[in-house]
Amino acid sequence: MSTTIRVVHYLNQFFAQIGGEDKGDVGPTVKAGVIGAGRALQQALGEEAEVVATIFCGDNFFAENQDQAINELLRHVADYKADLLIAGPAFESGRYGVACGAICQAAKQKLGIATVAGMDQDNVGAGLYKKEIYIVDSGATIARMVPTLQRMAALGLKLARRQAIGKPADEGYVTRGIKRNEIAAKRPAERAVDMLLAKIAGKPFHSEIAPPKFAGGKPAAPLGDLKRAVIALVTDGGLVIEGNPDKIEPGRPTRFTTIPITGVQSLGADQYDAVHSGYDTASANLDPNRLVPLDTMRELAREGVIGAVHEFIHSTGGAHAAVENAVQIGRQIADQLKAAGVTGVILTST
Amino acid sequence: MIPVAKEVGSLRAIAAGGIVSPTGNPELSPEKEKQFRRELVLRALATLQQAV
Repeated sequence: MSTTIRVVHYLNQFFAQIGGEDKGDVGPTVKAGVIGAGRALQQALGEEAEVVATIFCGDNFFAENQDQAINELLRHVADYKADLLIAGPAFESGRYGVACGAICQAAKQKLGIATVAGMDQDNVGAGLYKKEIYIVDSGATIARMVPTLQRMAALGLKLARRQAIGKPADEGYVTRGIKRNEIAAKRPAERAVDMLLAKIAGKPFHSEIAPPKFAGGKPAAPLGDLKRAVIALVTDGGLVIEGNPDKIEPGRPTRFTTIPITGVQSLGADQYDAVHSGYDTASANLDPNRLVPLDTMRELAREGVIGAVHEFIHSTGGAHAAVENAVQIGRQIADQLKAAGVTGVILTST
Repeated sequence: MIPVAKEVGSLRAIAAGGIVSPTGNPELSPEKEKQFRRELVLRALATLQQAV
C-alpha cells in the first residue's frame, strides 16, 4: 500500500483570507489543513494526497524580508514532513508571484521536495524562476482558479511520485528552456514536408523550433537640435584597439570593449583592428572608418553640424550572439551612454 | 541587415555600405568613399531626428 503524499499549500495574506494590501506585512504563519482555495486543491489531489497544512505570508513582508520569510516557512514545511509544496496560484500579482517562485525554489533546493507554483506566464515571478521550478500558467485573473489548481495538483503528484514529466504544452507548465533528446518516428525531411502540407491545407501544425522572443523597445523621442547633440558610436562589428587588449570574442560575445577616442581624429589601420568571425574583416582592417565612421563624425563636429562626438566607442563582436548575452551587453552599453549624457547613437552593424 | 534589425526590434535603421564595410565602399576612390560616408552619416543623423 502506498502512503499518502503530504502536501503543504502556500498562499499570500489575501488568499489566506487575512486581508488585503493593509495586511501585506503579516509575517510567516502556518495553519493545519486547508484554507480557501485549498479546498479545491484537495479535491483535485484526490485521495492519494492530503493538504496537511497551509503556510502564508504577507506579500510585503515576504518582499522586504525574503530570507527570514523563506527560513520560517521552510521550517513549517519540514515540520509537516511535506512531500510536495504547492504555491499559489498568484495570477498577475507580482509580489505574490515572486514569493511563490522563491519559496518553491528554496524548498526544492534545501528540502529536496517536489514543488509547483502557479501564476500568469507574464508574471515577473515566472520570468525569474521558470528555469528552476515548475510553474503552471494560471492566466491573469482568478477566473481560472480551479482548472489551474487541477493542473498544479496533477503535475505535483507526478513530481512527488518521481514520474517522468512531459512537455510544457502537455503538462501545462511554463517552458523552462530545457532540451531533451528524443527519437522521432519520422525523419526530419518527412516531418518538414508534413508540416508544409498541413500549412498549405490550412491545418494546424507545430514547429519544432521555438524562435527566440525579442523584446520590443519603446522608441526614443526624435533627436532635437543636432548642433547640441552628443552622438556616440557603437558597433557590433568587432572594432578593437590593435591587439584586442580587452580580449573580446570574435563571435558568441559575452562582453564588449570600450575604446577611448579623445584626440583621435580618424581610426588608423595600424592602431585598430576588426575582430569578428561573421564577416571578412579585410576592408575594415584596411580602413576602420569603414566600420565606425569616426573621421566623418569628427568632421561634422568641427563644422558644428553636431554638438560633439562621445569620447568612447563601444564595440562587440556580434556574430552568433545568444539573445540573453546580447540583451545584457546592450543594456550595459546603454546605461553607460545614458550616464555620460549621450543624446544619440549611431550603431554600425556587420 | 535591415530585415534583421527590424526583426530584433530596431526602430530606426538605414541601409548602409554592405556587410563588410557598413560606412565605406572599397570600390570607390578615397575621396568618393569619404563623400559616401559623409552622406550616409548625415542620413543616419536625419533618421535620429525622425519620429517613429
